[in-house]
Amino acid sequence: MNKNFLWKLGLILGTLVIFLFGIFGIPQSFSGSGLLTALTNHIHLGLDLKGGTHLILQVQVNDAVNVDAQNAIEVMKEQLRGHKIEYADIIQPDPQNNPDHLVLKGIQASNRTDLLNIVQDHLPEYDINGGADNNWTMAMKPSMLTDLKNRAVTQAIETIRNRIDQLGVSEPTIQEHGLGQYQILVQLPGVDDPGRVKEIMQSTAMLEIKQELGGPYPSEQAALQAQQPVGVLPVDAMLLPGHSVPGAEGEGEGQSWYVVSRVSAVSGKDLRNAEPSRDQNGQPEVTFQLSGEGGQRFYNFTSAHVGDSLAVVLDGKVQEVANIKEPIRDQGSISGGRMSEQQAKDLSMILRSGALPAGIKYLEERTVGPSLGTDSIRAGVRAAVAGMLAVLIFMLIYYRGAGINADVALILNLIILLGFMGYFDAVLTLPGIAGVILTVGMGVDSNVLIFERIREELRNGKTPPSAVDQGFSHAWITIVDTHVTTIVSAAILFIFGTGPVKGFAVTLTFGLLANLFTAVFVSRFIFDWILSRKQRGEALSI
Amino acid sequence: MEFFHNVNIDFLGKKWYFLAFSLIFSVAGVCSMLFWHHIPWGVDFRGGTLVTVRFSHTPNDNAIRAALDRAGLRDARNQRIGQVADNERLIDLDVRETSERALDVGKTRIIQALETNAPAGKQDLNNASFLTIKNYLLDKDPLHVGSDAEQKYGAEAKAITDYRDNALNGVFASFDQLKAAPGVDSAVAASLPDGFFLSDFGVRNVAIVGPQVGAQLRKQAFWATVYSLAGMLVYLGLRFEWIYGVAAVVTVFHDTLITVGAFSLTNTEISLTVIAAILTLIGYSNNDTIVVFDRIRENIKLMRREKLSDIVNRSINQTLSRTILTAGLTFLTVLALFLFGGEVLHGFSLALVIGILIGTYSSIAIAAPILVAYQDWRIERGKRPVATPAKAK
Repeated sequence: MNKNFLWKLGLILGTLVIFLFGIFGIPQSFSGSGLLTALTNHIHLGLDLKGGTHLILQVQVNDAVNVDAQNAIEVMKEQLRGHKIEYADIIQPDPQNNPDHLVLKGIQASNRTDLLNIVQDHLPEYDINGGADNNWTMAMKPSMLTDLKNRAVTQAIETIRNRIDQLGVSEPTIQEHGLGQYQILVQLPGVDDPGRVKEIMQSTAMLEIKQELGGPYPSEQAALQAQQPVGVLPVDAMLLPGHSVPGAEGEGEGQSWYVVSRVSAVSGKDLRNAEPSRDQNGQPEVTFQLSGEGGQRFYNFTSAHVGDSLAVVLDGKVQEVANIKEPIRDQGSISGGRMSEQQAKDLSMILRSGALPAGIKYLEERTVGPSLGTDSIRAGVRAAVAGMLAVLIFMLIYYRGAGINADVALILNLIILLGFMGYFDAVLTLPGIAGVILTVGMGVDSNVLIFERIREELRNGKTPPSAVDQGFSHAWITIVDTHVTTIVSAAILFIFGTGPVKGFAVTLTFGLLANLFTAVFVSRFIFDWILSRKQRGEALSI
Repeated sequence: MEFFHNVNIDFLGKKWYFLAFSLIFSVAGVCSMLFWHHIPWGVDFRGGTLVTVRFSHTPNDNAIRAALDRAGLRDARNQRIGQVADNERLIDLDVRETSERALDVGKTRIIQALETNAPAGKQDLNNASFLTIKNYLLDKDPLHVGSDAEQKYGAEAKAITDYRDNALNGVFASFDQLKAAPGVDSAVAASLPDGFFLSDFGVRNVAIVGPQVGAQLRKQAFWATVYSLAGMLVYLGLRFEWIYGVAAVVTVFHDTLITVGAFSLTNTEISLTVIAAILTLIGYSNNDTIVVFDRIRENIKLMRREKLSDIVNRSINQTLSRTILTAGLTFLTVLALFLFGGEVLHGFSLALVIGILIGTYSSIAIAAPILVAYQDWRIERGKRPVATPAKAK
């Protein structure tokens, strides 16, 4: 009996120490503020208590598919020309919803074998079908399509993470969200003014350097007029808008247009670094450096085009046109457009983080101001203390000696619950605090079940040790039943819930698990200890 | 001290009173859901833009209404929340104003409408984040610090926002209040009026839910409830007879109906956390029912020669002490939450308060009578009764 006793006591005290450690770690000092600091270091507060912003974005994966499809069209045209196969046109019949569907018009059926070979050799992720009416359809293989979309989401998450890291937000959360809708969840603690952050996250930041072939023209029509032959762009050229020209009236947006080469000499992938600085006029600009391979390509391009102009294109808009005076190896700058210093800083940061593979759309935005967060903590703690005190006092009055038993179990319960949260890095939300309060209420139920049963057995004439024994064994089954059903409920809430609701499910589950231990093992231990010190026939205080 | 010592109340005999009571509340709730307030879905489920602002003084609701109308936000609702002395208002825009092209357009329009005294070129100090203030100070450099500027102005900006948010409830009433702020240099405080103005409100909370997310959350809430109920049915069907599972599900359905009815009658919004509370009270009501069922099952083995209705009555009486005590204690804790828990948890705690009362009541008033009624029905039909003492398990 004694050895058993010591072992159980050791287990309980050990548990107490372990979970206290989970809550506080090793605090600097044991004063009130020292403990508070240790506590806040270990228990993370949710956004609704700390203040911050919660965003759900959707990656427009069709953008990424579209880019691939555009590329496929170019490759196809090049190959058809190379194989001297005549074609009328290659179009996307439904660019919004199915950008990977391509229709090739006007290719004779006799070219079938060649076509199949081209697709197999150069565009293996596509399938090609058809031939009737000299129209052929191409579409991406379904598995490749899903792959591409998923990769777009993963890459978007990485890019956004880079950008947010550079903003210096502490402990952000960026992860995939929802079930298969290409959604990303971003949580930014302490950011109560998300405007700038949202802009930074959303900017696609595709940088390209192309050869500038003509411009600036005041409108698209004017640009086409200036071509030889009139109205037709050269095969390897495209039209891009530039920045608004001040004072250009009667031109719609006051934009100028440029004719640039389709193929880029250098793209965002070749960037190694980007920094804000000032140009010779003291205006803010962004200087960038290219990687080794990119630098080589840029050198080759600029050597071949000394005297020509290059256009720096950002997100499909011409930022700046510069004359190539001599070959440039690996440095460049983006100025123009009257950037403010903040914009230059933001742009260099976005370029450093890499381009987004697809556009993003915001679906949900929630911001909790810090004043509300502080109020919520205050209210939550007040309610928890009030509730807990009410229960503790009641148990003492109603169950007398056994009430102390229940109270000890409850307090230990709370410590284990908070300790669990500290160890699992769980986040405490406001509903989470409510979950703690609820755990107290539901946890005391186990004690009531046991005590009521013990009282009943005593009434039926059993001796105290026997009554205690019967009480625990009868109540055990019911306790397990009720705990399992509530934990299953909480698990469902955890799976289907979002942030604050998840926090509630977590504290409820931990609390109930802790309760299984305290209400049965610890409570039984205390009873046994009390009984062992009583004389035979002495009454039990319950 | 002991309540309920040796009780012997004929609960089953009173079942018609219970039924009437339940019917009244159910019907009242359903009528309200259909004709009066309908089901007051929160922004989580219906989508829309919700902005909670706190004013530094008692706001003029007419002026707010006029400002919103002028901004073209005719359908915006403006309601008071919290205590009167809190000076808080909740402005609510429909989901149709919340397009996914630019999700926060509604929020921006509301804030601009309320900033009636905004001078050009200045930012609102009451709604500036500490980053904005820090960047302003770095630009202006009122302390003429050299290298340590980033850290120094970061600390100053944090001190300003901390004071505003913790001591002043998020709203500066005047620039003079900065003088009392700890950790804020007087030169810094003096430099602020140049670049900032003070609106008379601070934004406490923003929730913008686009239509796509609203639909997703609705679906999730629905499936969570269905799975919960299904799980319950299966678990109880395994542990007891299937009729026990059915009785429990009907009981829980009754509880949910009355709780949602109460929300409809009081026009309290049902948010995601309220759904969490409802799922929790389903779990709680279930617990309660299980305790009674466990005792019934135990007594069926012991009292082999008695009628089922007597056994059930006895079981309820035996567990009455525990039932009332647990309900009472849990109710105490949830009441603490309702009274002290603040406005954010209001809906959640209301659901729990109602749920615990109804959940306890329903185990006795609904679940038990269903068991007995089912058995009586089977006897009348001449079939062999299920779950009777004669069937040893």
